[in-house]
Amino acid sequence: MISLVVAPTPMWYLLLAAALFVIGTTGVLVRRNPLVMFMCIELMLNAVNLTFVTLGRMVNNISGQTIVFFVLVVAAAEVVVGLSIIVAIMRRRTGVNADDLAELKG
Amino acid sequence: MELFVFVCASIMVLVGALSVIVRRNPVHAALGLVLTLFGIAVLFVAQNAEFLAAVQVIVYAGAIVVLFLFVIMLLGVDRSEDLRTDPLAGQRGLAVVVGLGLLGVLVAAIVGGTDAVIPRGDGINAATIEAADANIQQLARSVFADYVVAFEVTSVLLVVAVVGTVLLSRRRPSDVRPIGGRPS
Repeated sequence: MISLVVAPTPMWYLLLAAALFVIGTTGVLVRRNPLVMFMCIELMLNAVNLTFVTLGRMVNNISGQTIVFFVLVVAAAEVVVGLSIIVAIMRRRTGVNADDLAELKG
Repeated sequence: MELFVFVCASIMVLVGALSVIVRRNPVHAALGLVLTLFGIAVLFVAQNAEFLAAVQVIVYAGAIVVLFLFVIMLLGVDRSEDLRTDPLAGQRGLAVVVGLGLLGVLVAAIVGGTDAVIPRGDGINAATIEAADANIQQLARSVFADYVVAFEVTSVLLVVAVVGTVLLSRRRPSDVRPIGGRPS
């Protein structure tokens, strides 16, 4: 049977992860809503996770998947602390804009 | 077959990610994030990381996005944000330029450096019909034997995060005022 179907190489996965990381970076730079900026940081973390899994498959080692496990834990802790900071700020003021928080500087 | 899976999951990932940064309503952005996370989970399965795909769906889509939606609803910021005005002049254009430059650097690094990766590991056990838990067993052996110190440090991190969250979201007694009365 002649197979004309091309199997995706690991490089395709890496390029997809790069595109996802760039989208997340652009989102952090463009958006002004702190919650959406957090979501863009999650996008970047997921791109890195995909890169780790793909490189782990290329190197043929399970450690690539192990470190994704730890990244997941760190991401969960980061979201919890960040969201509680946002809630603490929003309790004092009404606007939702990262530019409004410039008064926090000394 | 793998090509079909890859193309479908890529479309899911990219459409979700773009909707996160383009949609004006934060709730829609969170739903786009869910789409992206499911696409990533599909890509994990395609790469023999079955346990991570399950954890991805449970932790990210099940916990983190729900937390996002919870905060959005709690703060009442689910009204649309006006994206037509640029708060800083020229910031959007600069951001897109920076993004494209970063994409160029990453693509150049990937295309140029992929050949340098040498497979020298011990192998990854893929889950099969006969041994459905092969991936989980190998991952558990890696986490609890090779990286057990990092695992313990992770537990400290979680405790710190929990304590910090409780402290940050706590109201001080001086903030609580009885209605119509003096601060207690």
